[in-house]
Amino acid sequence: MLWAPAAVMGGIAVVAAAGLGIAARVFHVEEDPRIKGVTNLLPGANCGGCGFAGCAACAEAIVAGKAEPNACVIGQTETALAVAQYLGMEMKESEPQIACRECQGGDRATKRYDYAGFDDCRAAMLYFHGPTKCDHGCIGLGTCVRACAFGAISMGENGLPVFDPERCVGCGTCARVCPKGIINVISETTRILHWNRYTECLAPCRQKCPAQIDIPRYIQHIKRGEYAEALLTVKEANPLPLSTGRVCPEPCNLACRRQLQDEPVAINYLKRYAADWEYESGRRLHVPVAPDTGKSIAVVGGGPGGLSAAYYLRRLGHAVTIYEKMPKLGGMLRYGIPEYRLPKAVLDWELEGILGLGIKAVTDVELGRDFTIEFLRHEGFDAIFLAVGAWRDRSLGLTEDGEVVEGLVSGIKYLERFQDADPDVHGHVVVIGGGNTAIDAARTSLRAGADKVSIIYRRSRDEMPANPAEIVAAEEEGIAFRFLSAPVKLHTEGGRVVGIDVQSMRLGEPDPSGRRRPEPIPGSEEKVDCDLIVEAVGQMPDLDFLQTEGMPAVPTTRWNTVDASEDTLQTDVPFLFTGGDCFTGPGLMVDAIGAGRYAARSIHYWVTEGEIPPIEHRQTQLIGESLFESITGVSSKPRVHEPVVSLEERLGTFKEVEGTIDEDDAIYEAGRCLNCGTYCYDHDAEMEAVTTAEADDTATV
Amino acid sequence: MDLVLLAVGAIFVNNILLAQYLGNCPFCGVSKQLSTAAGMGVAVIFVTTLASIFTWLVYHHLLVPLDITYLKTLAFILVIAALVQLVEIFLKRHSRVLYDALGIYLPLITTNCAVMGIALLNIKHELGFGSMLVFAIASAAGFALAIILFAGLRERLLLAPVPVAMRGTAIALVTAGVMSLAFLGFAGMVQ
Repeated sequence: MLWAPAAVMGGIAVVAAAGLGIAARVFHVEEDPRIKGVTNLLPGANCGGCGFAGCAACAEAIVAGKAEPNACVIGQTETALAVAQYLGMEMKESEPQIACRECQGGDRATKRYDYAGFDDCRAAMLYFHGPTKCDHGCIGLGTCVRACAFGAISMGENGLPVFDPERCVGCGTCARVCPKGIINVISETTRILHWNRYTECLAPCRQKCPAQIDIPRYIQHIKRGEYAEALLTVKEANPLPLSTGRVCPEPCNLACRRQLQDEPVAINYLKRYAADWEYESGRRLHVPVAPDTGKSIAVVGGGPGGLSAAYYLRRLGHAVTIYEKMPKLGGMLRYGIPEYRLPKAVLDWELEGILGLGIKAVTDVELGRDFTIEFLRHEGFDAIFLAVGAWRDRSLGLTEDGEVVEGLVSGIKYLERFQDADPDVHGHVVVIGGGNTAIDAARTSLRAGADKVSIIYRRSRDEMPANPAEIVAAEEEGIAFRFLSAPVKLHTEGGRVVGIDVQSMRLGEPDPSGRRRPEPIPGSEEKVDCDLIVEAVGQMPDLDFLQTEGMPAVPTTRWNTVDASEDTLQTDVPFLFTGGDCFTGPGLMVDAIGAGRYAARSIHYWVTEGEIPPIEHRQTQLIGESLFESITGVSSKPRVHEPVVSLEERLGTFKEVEGTIDEDDAIYEAGRCLNCGTYCYDHDAEMEAVTTAEADDTATV
Repeated sequence: MDLVLLAVGAIFVNNILLAQYLGNCPFCGVSKQLSTAAGMGVAVIFVTTLASIFTWLVYHHLLVPLDITYLKTLAFILVIAALVQLVEIFLKRHSRVLYDALGIYLPLITTNCAVMGIALLNIKHELGFGSMLVFAIASAAGFALAIILFAGLRERLLLAPVPVAMRGTAIALVTAGVMSLAFLGFAGMVQ
């Protein structure tokens, strides 16, 4: 009687199959057949690295347009290409995302306790927040190494994880398991969007630099002879390293921890070395540019701020056009900084490199005169960056309004003359003012043939806002300084300047800027004979164009600058952004470069996402804990000095005064860098051995 | 009262996982994260209940009248497998939310030994329809309880210093053994 059970089982099977078959028809869900196709193209590892539950879910998201064809983190380019081809989509070339660590060595930080019982960073973290006192330091137990499914991470000699870019797929597992948050998975261009946060490990110099260049990182590259990497690191935050390498007054230096032992690291010499290394090689490094986004941005003003914004917007994948009122790009770098500090050939080479990324530039067109904001919008620009600088000279009012006196000229106008021509300068030149423009005007006059050059400044030498190095150079070259003196009256003969009355001053109470206010001493007037007077007493933005037709209503401040949000640099007109001197008033070149990149970040988010995410914990002040009072375990090493052209060679020519340090000096100077973090720095190896030995001795005693 | 005792007994004393050691594969496989373990637990309760009802009906109204109860294992496999597939198809069409929540677990437990085991235990204990239903739900709830507790332990286990040779499934099995011993404490509560 075998047939009965067999028939029953067969019957059940037939019923089940029929039921399933009917159900499949009745409850059929219209599913895109492409999902199955895409699933077959994916590796089928179900690793979840893409953020979806398995490969099928990932395929569904890709077909639905919720994920890019390159969503799969294992498949890499071939898979992404195959998927894109299958879906008939255009595959956007994309940058790889690679893991990297921010910590320079957790063992440099002070230990909180020494307990050998842990073998997992997360477990150690649960115990008093880890064994080191540093908030950011690597614990070094290698949880990331074990977490990586692709074998891309190994523990390096110094107890820090080392990432193999060849094997890293950018899945981010390591970043998720790291309890200290020191592993970042980022692409080259996203570094551009990064701004310092209080929650990060930041060397003091990095906190101080207005452009937020990762100074310790590029110096470490130079130390190892990796000049290309060093320069690319600089270019992540500063597109003008050749120019800044020559003229930056190094605010970073003021924060350098090395000066607690001897002298600050010559940071700018090192930047200049790396930049000149590229310049002298004659070959340009390849700078990564993100895939085109289809957005276009207009930048008004071709100075450092505008160039910086244009450069980073281009690197983020936008189409950029610069509009410049002068015949050539460069702004104050070209028309304000004299040849002997920044040779035009060097500047031209640098600008050529920036434009080489695919940035268009239209020169000799002025906003308000030749075109309007309305016109730019009509041309299809998604956003506009206004960086018109501060080109209007302030005046002391020595002449009546409208009165033209030969031999009286403003600082910027005077320096501009030397751009294309070789004006005749002779006799005694008096420069009024104490800023960099005044010093530049004085030193330029000396080179152009003046017999004598004097600088009149109403406060003392200590209060001069010019770069200290420039003041020293001017003194060396024989420029006469008249401190605590103010001009009061002009002497003219037939519409020509022949002299000026100067009154002595004394310093009184400090004014709101913290500098002591000069007060005139009555009856101390004295006449100074001269042939040319250069008024270099400050500049301000020229915002007359805002009053012309076709201009949206952009609010200005009482300091005659463009008003915008501090956090985003966005004005009341949403598509209009601003930054640099026309927003802050006259500042340093490196300030404008920082503002340009900051604006690029805001514009990038605004045109791609419609809103600008705030930067949480944005670092604006120096972090208190990072300002050490002393450093131990570091021996004194003198700072290098850059070669300087002799005095005889300087006068009468516009030859560049300062040279570049050589390779040996660069490596030596890079070795002086303590490679600081917020709480830690590198000790000298020998010194460390000595201190450890001493400690051991005391222990045995 | 009997039903309460039946439920307590199924959840704690004769826990399907820790006392009878059925359903070990999802227990080790899907217990690394609390959230997935919870999903798995709910899916098991859902499928077990359905499977118990259908297998009980098939047994009492088909196999017993025809006197071929010795084929119950084979018949149950067929019924459960077809049923889970059917449920999956149905959910996909009519309850997208439930499908997204349980979807990935359903195929995993198509012929899960816990589901199968409960279906067979229903028959072995000669339960009526009502007590069968209570027993099935309670047993599956016991599974859910065990896997959720276990996932909580395993999440912490990740942070513990475990000798290299014992890492992963090895230490998971040891932990499961210890948990099982702990559940022995319930023995004797219900006869």
